[in-house]
Amino acid sequence: MNFLDKIKGLFGKKQAPAETPTPAPQKKGENIIEIKGITKVFDGVTVLDDLSLGIKRAQFVTLLGPSGCGKTTLLRLIAGFETPTEGEIYIEGVPITGVPPYKRPVNTVFQKYALFPHLNVFKNVAFGLKLKKIADPTAKKGVRKYTKQEIADKVNRALKLVGLEDYGHRDVNSLSGGQQQRVAIARAIVCEPKVLLLDEPLGALDLKMRKEMQIELKKMHEDLGITFIFVTHDQEEALTMSDVVVVMNDGIIQQIDRPKKIYDEPKNAFVADFIGESNLLSGVMEKDYTISFLGKTLTCVDKGFEKNERVDVVIRPEDIVIKAGQNKGHFDGVVMTTVFKGTYYEMIVLASDYEFTVQSQSEFRPGAEVSLEIVPDSIHIMKKILTINKYLGSVTGENLVSFCGGEFEIPTEGFETGDEVVVYVPFDAVELTDDEADGVIGAAVTQSIYKGTYYQVQVYTDTDEDFYIDTADEWDMDDRVGVKIDGGKVRLEKYEPAADETEAE
Amino acid sequence: MTEKKAKVFRPTAFAFPYLAVTVIFVIVPLILVLVYAFRGSDGGFTFDNFRKVFTEKETLSQLGQTIGIAALSTLICLLIAYPVAYILASEPFKKIAILSLLFIIPMWINFMLRIFALKSLLSMIGVEKSYGAAVIGMVYDFFPYMLLPIYTVLSNMDKSYVEASRDLGANPVATFFKVTLPLSLPGVISGISMMFMPIFSSYAITEAMGDMGTSVIGAKIASLFENQYYGSYGYGSALSFVLLVLVLVVMLIGNVLTNRASRAPKGGKA
Repeated sequence: MNFLDKIKGLFGKKQAPAETPTPAPQKKGENIIEIKGITKVFDGVTVLDDLSLGIKRAQFVTLLGPSGCGKTTLLRLIAGFETPTEGEIYIEGVPITGVPPYKRPVNTVFQKYALFPHLNVFKNVAFGLKLKKIADPTAKKGVRKYTKQEIADKVNRALKLVGLEDYGHRDVNSLSGGQQQRVAIARAIVCEPKVLLLDEPLGALDLKMRKEMQIELKKMHEDLGITFIFVTHDQEEALTMSDVVVVMNDGIIQQIDRPKKIYDEPKNAFVADFIGESNLLSGVMEKDYTISFLGKTLTCVDKGFEKNERVDVVIRPEDIVIKAGQNKGHFDGVVMTTVFKGTYYEMIVLASDYEFTVQSQSEFRPGAEVSLEIVPDSIHIMKKILTINKYLGSVTGENLVSFCGGEFEIPTEGFETGDEVVVYVPFDAVELTDDEADGVIGAAVTQSIYKGTYYQVQVYTDTDEDFYIDTADEWDMDDRVGVKIDGGKVRLEKYEPAADETEAE
Repeated sequence: MTEKKAKVFRPTAFAFPYLAVTVIFVIVPLILVLVYAFRGSDGGFTFDNFRKVFTEKETLSQLGQTIGIAALSTLICLLIAYPVAYILASEPFKKIAILSLLFIIPMWINFMLRIFALKSLLSMIGVEKSYGAAVIGMVYDFFPYMLLPIYTVLSNMDKSYVEASRDLGANPVATFFKVTLPLSLPGVISGISMMFMPIFSSYAITEAMGDMGTSVIGAKIASLFENQYYGSYGYGSALSFVLLVLVLVVMLIGNVLTNRASRAPKGGKA
């Protein structure tokens, strides 16, 4: 917003007329929003990291991820409340970084609704319409404002759409959470945006109301035919409502796919763990169509990996066939617990030292001996995101290397003090300590995934670096821990600036 | 205050000292004022004192003058304080707590000292005792009382309202007049009442900085009680009572407006 705009606003020439009075039917298939190389840094913390994404017209797109993954920031960038540190966003091919929110063809449904408390329901919904200018060749300047009657018609139609026809005169504070939510939706869609942005709009509702609103939103999306971008951390919500799910973590897109594909073919361990219940294991791809894990070699449907490549394996609980008695499947196990979940039983089965989660229509009591059969089709193989931690550091003395804000003891033979080095730390070279002070540096646990024989823990250091650790112990999320490194397993390499650029992740 | 047994001692006992203070220093004096106001020179009940208040030309013009100077200073103060509060509550400055403190620190310095300092400063640049000087004095003196409530409301305002407004097509100017200003009215109203009411009854500033044109009703009351003459207590009490009712009315209006403007949003907690 520059000063000139403010001055203009004082004299009423505030907005360019809305491009189309009645939105042209939107063609499916072409990208309405194009996000190119967006990076957003807040106070030195990278929230979005070189993110690119295309969103097609009339799609229901969900940005899904744990809190702090950058999904809300991405939405706010599209709405115009934040400006990207780097990169550009295009709406219908037009770059919009310099365009203030009030000139963008998008409208937002806010997380806490943000209904104006000093206006009643009708005036809240009419807020955007009263400001809007529409093209009218017969008017003096070619544009005019909506008449009172037009506004009333549109507001009433929008209120009808959200099922609040007779609520116009009501004070917004007298409405329930669900009703406020509907008013917020009506207020946004009445402006006929090309893209509707929804920032965790159902988060504050109770479960029953949330389910109802999910169905209604989906229906509204079909009726309106505009693009919806929906932010949520609820994976079930994302899978039920969306055409496309964008799974995000740590400011990076993990996977973009149809809900079914996200569920059936998660791209990596994070997605598999975040989306639904799953059995996550570490395995070795012996050759095409052959995978071994937990000491067994099984047939699978994946190929194209390196010979003996270490991979992540995901098996959904409902895909495992459970049979009474042993020696009838791939794994023999004993049922540990059984919980009835309404339409199926969820059981924990201990087999080959791994606790399989199994869902089945038939019940097996705790202590029952069972066999687990895993058909090739239900074994999903994923490339490991990382196989080694990699950092930039410098040699600070004999057998001392500094990186991630700490000085670690690492053999520095062949290097001199002051050398810039790339430090390769294998996952099993890192040791976590309960007491932060016992480690060389401190960090917070951000993820802990059981991989069958060990836990893969991710910690986040105070210098914004991640450490992946393979450990026998489970660590609680958000715990502060100390990080120690077994210097003998670490490999150093001379830092070559050019070579590093190409391989950041 | 002594208690025999801890068990008998109730928390409400803490209220007794305050109750006593209130009775001695608020209720009894109020009753005294009323008694004096309705007591004639013969010691009997009369409306004469009130009749005098509403018929004496000098008193009425002073009352008018008081309302005038209070309203003018309050308006000027509001026009200066609102933009300052708005700037202090906006993003880059909000984090610098010392800035708002700087505007409040003068409150900690003795009131008369400030007035005399301001008076000397004004006379240095050639502004002598006058109506204008009195208004400047009022504005200067009550500025923090106007600033604080507005600043508090603005800095606590959920910024999603402003974002929602901009999202719906309102440019910054429209957003200010349609959203920010209406939502900050409770602060404005409490600022006005915190300034308007004390000005109404105070006379130190007008006395020190004003001229004949700023002779306010407070000064009149003071002189009635200072230079006692036959019946002056009764007249002064009646005048004080009228003033009290006027202030009460202003306060009530303020409360009604605040209630209407400050319907806090509920629900939708995240």
